[in-house]
Amino acid sequence: MQIDALLLATVTAVAAGLVGCYAVMRRMALASDALSHVALPGIGIALVAGLHPMLGALVALFLGALLVWTLEEQTRIPTDTIIGVVFSAALAAGSMMMSSGDELVSVLFGRTGKITLIEAAFTVLAAGRVISFMLRERHRLVVSLVSPDMARTSGINVRRLNLGYMLMFALTIGLGLRNLGVLLMGSLIIIPAATARRLATHLSQMLWLAAVIAATTTALGFLLAAHLHREPGPVIVSLAALVFALTFLRRRA
Amino acid sequence: MSTILDVRNLSVRFGQSVILKDLSFELAAGTSLAIIGPNGAGKTVLFRALIGAIPFEGTVRWGPDARLGYVPQKLDIERDVPITGFDFLQARVRVGRVDIAAASSAARAVGLSIDAWKTPIGELSGGQFQRLLVAFALLGDPTVLLLDEPTAGVDEPGQEQLNELVHRLQHERGLTVLLISHELTVVSRYANQVLCLGRGMAHMGPPNAVLTPEALREIYGNPVAFHSHDH
Repeated sequence: MQIDALLLATVTAVAAGLVGCYAVMRRMALASDALSHVALPGIGIALVAGLHPMLGALVALFLGALLVWTLEEQTRIPTDTIIGVVFSAALAAGSMMMSSGDELVSVLFGRTGKITLIEAAFTVLAAGRVISFMLRERHRLVVSLVSPDMARTSGINVRRLNLGYMLMFALTIGLGLRNLGVLLMGSLIIIPAATARRLATHLSQMLWLAAVIAATTTALGFLLAAHLHREPGPVIVSLAALVFALTFLRRRA
Repeated sequence: MSTILDVRNLSVRFGQSVILKDLSFELAAGTSLAIIGPNGAGKTVLFRALIGAIPFEGTVRWGPDARLGYVPQKLDIERDVPITGFDFLQARVRVGRVDIAAASSAARAVGLSIDAWKTPIGELSGGQFQRLLVAFALLGDPTVLLLDEPTAGVDEPGQEQLNELVHRLQHERGLTVLLISHELTVVSRYANQVLCLGRGMAHMGPPNAVLTPEALREIYGNPVAFHSHDH
């Protein structure tokens, strides 16, 4: 097992937990889960062009985030349908670009491998950026979550805030693709946050619970996967889902 | 009295349908304006244009002293969202760089209970939730309050208290109030100007001039039971 991969995955998980809190509260869990699919054609094009797959994934994710952001501004378009169609189509198109079934599986579900120094540095910097954005903007995000109109009259630029959030969301997905893949990374954003939402009684509690649950299930998932000789992605998401299921045993006070 | 709001030829369209057409009116500072009209007349749309939340044609000019406090129509917050009354007011404090002590004085001013402080906002009663929204609006130290049916979903005694609260705040702080309401009795009691929207028309004037059976029939289309009480 690689310690460096575990540490980087845990830092990414903290970012994912925080980002997820607003996604589950804004009722955009499904849209954000599907957004990760759009990375696949980006990876496909990057591989064909001989570029780093992460670069292709990030470009595709930013474009996908712009699409979600634009759709959110429109009230007269069936957003769910468009997101469902576009992101599923992206998954299908991207799958056809993969050179082998083995490659496809590793892109879909994640696979550990050698991490270059540049990748490690990028991951730490980008995750740090996401975490600081989420903590710094948390009050603005709360106000615009409760009422975008009240946010506007409080002097918040809601459009810019939403754009910033969507870009942070896309960046977080990009960071998690290596370990969790195109199909599972959305889950690491949504499931710990959904768990925290069930347990927390106030906002800051939800934020730190989501971060802790995401980081813990990721670290444990890595260790367990090494022990079971499995890829970590599916183990991490299964663990996170198990924790979520356990919250149903606890009655809300 | 100085003019705090000047609206000229305001039109709002959603696709093909025209919601508001060529609306012009002016408000003096300190006015209590009630906006009435049937559902779909564009009352909320007017508010959203006034706060700049939707595109419109024409001009909306707020006076230099205008600071807006907006209380939207009943919000639908899921019960289990872990945002408490405190989280919500604190967020406004942090956004506006207001002193945190202002949050408790705003909560006191609107009569928000201590429990509401710790309760997730989706679990608050209708009355407590509306008070929380008013407290939030007050944190921006507004000179203008826009209230969109603030008593919808609030029980009978709560409605009375909310109306009194808004009236008292207006009196104490010299606020300009714009209030969307369906309650014609409330309108005639508290407003000194009424803007009646409906069927592509708009009438504005003091309550006794606008709230006549003929004018109401013209706007609402059918006879509306309304009797002015002079207690």
